[in-house]
Amino acid sequence: MSGAGLRAWLLDPVPASRRQARIGRWYRAALAFGGNGLAMAGLLIVLALVLIAIAAPLIADPQAATLQSLTDRLQPASWAHPFGTDELGRDIFARTVFGARITLTIVALVGLIVVPVGLGIGLPAGYFGGAVDAVLMRLTDIFLAFPRLVLALAFAAALGPGIVNAVVAIALTTWPPYARLARAETMTRRDAEFVQAAVLQGASRASILFRQILPLCLPSVVIRLTLDMAGIIITAAGLGFLGLGAQPPAPEWGAMVASGRQVLLDQWWVATIPGIAIFITSVGFNLFGDGLRDVADARGA
Amino acid sequence: MTAPPLLTVRNLRVTYPAAQGDIHAVRNVSFTLARERLGIVGESGSGKSTLGRAIMGLVPRPGRVAADELRLGAIDLRNLGESGFRRLRGRRIAMVLQDPKFALNPVMSVGHQIAETHRAHVRGSARAARRAALEMLHAVRIRDPERVFGLYPHQVSGGMGQRVMIAMMLIADPEVLIADEPTSALDATVQTQVLAILDELVRGRGMGLILISHNLPLVASFCDRVLVMYSGRVVETCGAGALRQARHPYTRGLLASLPELDHRRDVLPQLQRDPAWAEGA
Amino acid sequence: MSAVRRVLRTLFSVVLTFLGLTMVTFFIGRVIPIDPVLAIVGPKASVETYARVRAEIGLDLPLPVQYWRYLTRVLHGDFGTSVITSQPVLQDMLNVFPATLELALLALFIGVALGVPLGVVSATQRGRWPDHLIRLVSLFGYSMPVFWLGLVGLLLFYAKLGWVAGPGRIDVGYEDLVPTVTGLLTVDALLDGNRDVFINAVQHLVLPASILGYLSLAYIARMTRSFMLGQLRQEYILAALAKGLRPARVVWVHALGNAWVQLITVIALTFGSLLEGAVLTETVFSWPGLGLYMKNSLFNADLNAVLGGTMLVGFVYILLNLVSDLLYPLVDPRARSRA
Ligand SMILES: Nc1ncnc2c1ncn2[C@@H]1O[C@H](COP(=O)(O)OP(=O)(O)O)[C@@H](O)[C@H]1O
Ligand SMILES: [Mg+2]
Repeated sequence: MSGAGLRAWLLDPVPASRRQARIGRWYRAALAFGGNGLAMAGLLIVLALVLIAIAAPLIADPQAATLQSLTDRLQPASWAHPFGTDELGRDIFARTVFGARITLTIVALVGLIVVPVGLGIGLPAGYFGGAVDAVLMRLTDIFLAFPRLVLALAFAAALGPGIVNAVVAIALTTWPPYARLARAETMTRRDAEFVQAAVLQGASRASILFRQILPLCLPSVVIRLTLDMAGIIITAAGLGFLGLGAQPPAPEWGAMVASGRQVLLDQWWVATIPGIAIFITSVGFNLFGDGLRDVADARGA
Repeated sequence: MTAPPLLTVRNLRVTYPAAQGDIHAVRNVSFTLARERLGIVGESGSGKSTLGRAIMGLVPRPGRVAADELRLGAIDLRNLGESGFRRLRGRRIAMVLQDPKFALNPVMSVGHQIAETHRAHVRGSARAARRAALEMLHAVRIRDPERVFGLYPHQVSGGMGQRVMIAMMLIADPEVLIADEPTSALDATVQTQVLAILDELVRGRGMGLILISHNLPLVASFCDRVLVMYSGRVVETCGAGALRQARHPYTRGLLASLPELDHRRDVLPQLQRDPAWAEGA
Repeated sequence: MSAVRRVLRTLFSVVLTFLGLTMVTFFIGRVIPIDPVLAIVGPKASVETYARVRAEIGLDLPLPVQYWRYLTRVLHGDFGTSVITSQPVLQDMLNVFPATLELALLALFIGVALGVPLGVVSATQRGRWPDHLIRLVSLFGYSMPVFWLGLVGLLLFYAKLGWVAGPGRIDVGYEDLVPTVTGLLTVDALLDGNRDVFINAVQHLVLPASILGYLSLAYIARMTRSFMLGQLRQEYILAALAKGLRPARVVWVHALGNAWVQLITVIALTFGSLLEGAVLTETVFSWPGLGLYMKNSLFNADLNAVLGGTMLVGFVYILLNLVSDLLYPLVDPRARSRA
């Protein structure tokens, strides 16, 4: 198929098959997203972050990230240390690069908890309605009404500091909107024709929920997750700043800012550079998420 | 026939730029309006509302309006600018919208909304505006103006809401009123009542009225003259009484499907359409 | 819905959320790996002493009974005693909360007073440069970690430029000069007529409040923009223009009047998140409020104080929901007549 022919096939206003219609829809969405400069910038930032995290050992010396060298303490930027060194003489550039791994791990883990929990509560609530719905949604409302950071703080305090506990603490306060979303999506889909058809064919409730309805809920859940990523990163950095996240000597960005606090006035870069990394990362996720949402809204409209 | 027309429209065009090519919502429409009741009919999407909004200078961005002539009395509307239009709107030309449920501000009392028009155009105290609003409520045959003045839009019925809307648009004494589907959202029982009030006020004040509707019998019985629009174009102009002798196939189609028109808004099942009509054949 | 039902429903959800809150704090209190008995009796105590103390503080009772006791104590305002200050936690919190409130209130004021107008302008100028600029400013706001912004702010405006005072709520020389009436230092200084204290307090307050204010501005401007875009599409806007109102009036009175209905919830939420942001901001600025109190308690394993603080912030959250429910009728006549 020629390029033009493929394009025509993708954009065919009267698609010949359901498959063509679906692929065409994705193609059009991708075109709309690609036409949005800010969203593309966001995507690039996120991709760059992922690349940096994967290729961290190639970009910076893994040892330099944790290697203490008291003679090199608090050096300003130089060829050897592009971002200078911190109060223990560690290379801030290497620490920032390796910090990307920690940040991405945290958002990925939070996502891995929040999406299944949200779906697990929202799908049955929306599908069965009645008492199931009432109980599950009350539970959700209770968690929704909680102060997020403070609760995460209390949890982190109770569970002890550390990355895993920070992840659990953040996840505990992040899932409720996902349950709400999944419930709303399920309610609009459960009476759809193909769901009814599956019911008539004797499919079990579980199979209908997970085979038919779940895939339909996923796109909006994923978009919501992308929109939340920046918030998760900032909360995680906040816990790290307070000493409740990754423990030393792990190069966690929030903790790095905290360690630069003592020398803020004389060696400003120690606290400033990891903060810029947090900032750029969350700008990237925010732009990316906004772009995805715009595309989804336009498709829904 | 010596009086100059209230409104002169010659070759009015409205275009909405769109990704898949421009939408020509109104194409070369021409007519004049005297102190009369002019009906504009056509199916949904034929450009009636856009035409009304173009005359009011209220075509939304990024729509473009162009005309060879567009005059309200002696005033050229083409290069009037926003502030010029503002002084005319409500004062010399006003517009009644379709559904009072959406066209009235839900968080402002109806009396306040009527008085607001008065205050925008007439110098005077808040008290004077209130008095004028109460009189206007009386004029649209609302029995207890003092009480209704303080009500909010959700507290009034559709028929009463539309009378409020009329009061709001007529309080500053405009000479031209565009009524865009003024009764389409109302129950059949109150439709005639609202039309009667409109008729009485328009006649009493010697105004020109443009009644936009998709309802041909209503327009035929209510108006002096009828424009039939199709796809942004006026395809037929005739006296309301002469409608039965209309020659254009589209108009004949509309007439033929009359029974449906009372109930259905968008569907004209037996209607034939020919793209050539839109090209001004 | 009748007025009675509306109030009942709100109360029901308030009570339920409160019970949930206490259950969570109760649960956290038990999950924590420290053995409270051991903390009291010390590692050398005999098994009998251990069992006696355990029974004394009620840890041998079934969980529901323990929860019930906990709930009764909380309802009586008894959050236990702080290990650090040896004072009742409630007393401690009452001492420090006004400082947080002062900070959060000023920040909220900044956020609303600037965020709403910016959001309105952004919506009316949609797609033009003021819109892009405002969206950029607010994007930066909700992408910045508050603790970092606080540090950069201190570096710039305190250390380099000297425009504002440094960390803390007041300079040492001005401490305890004015009697505490409201607990809000600026207000107390004004009440006392003490100009110097007032100016010093403002110099300390202005930077942390502006930084928190900027973050809430970012969120409020973004939400205002989206609500305004929704309102500006409505028919009543067309009608308002058709009757000859000035566009400014249509935007600021008609559209914004309707957007307020939606904004109330957003503002309540913002205030809640300001209280949260206080934990970080107060740490950065050594601001002696609830956030710093909680943070210090956290690192001294003062669980009563941490849970008390969590409860207080959670309780304020619940109150905010209640208040925004009660405020609705003020801006929305539909809610008024339903009531
Ligand atoms: N804001 C707009 N942007 C783009 N196209 C529009 C807009 N408003 C109306 N149109 C298009 O203009 C045409 C005429 O619409 P309208 O004037 O509302 O018709 P009518 O009132 O007769 O139903 C339609 O094809 C409609 O899709
Ligand atoms: Mg129309």
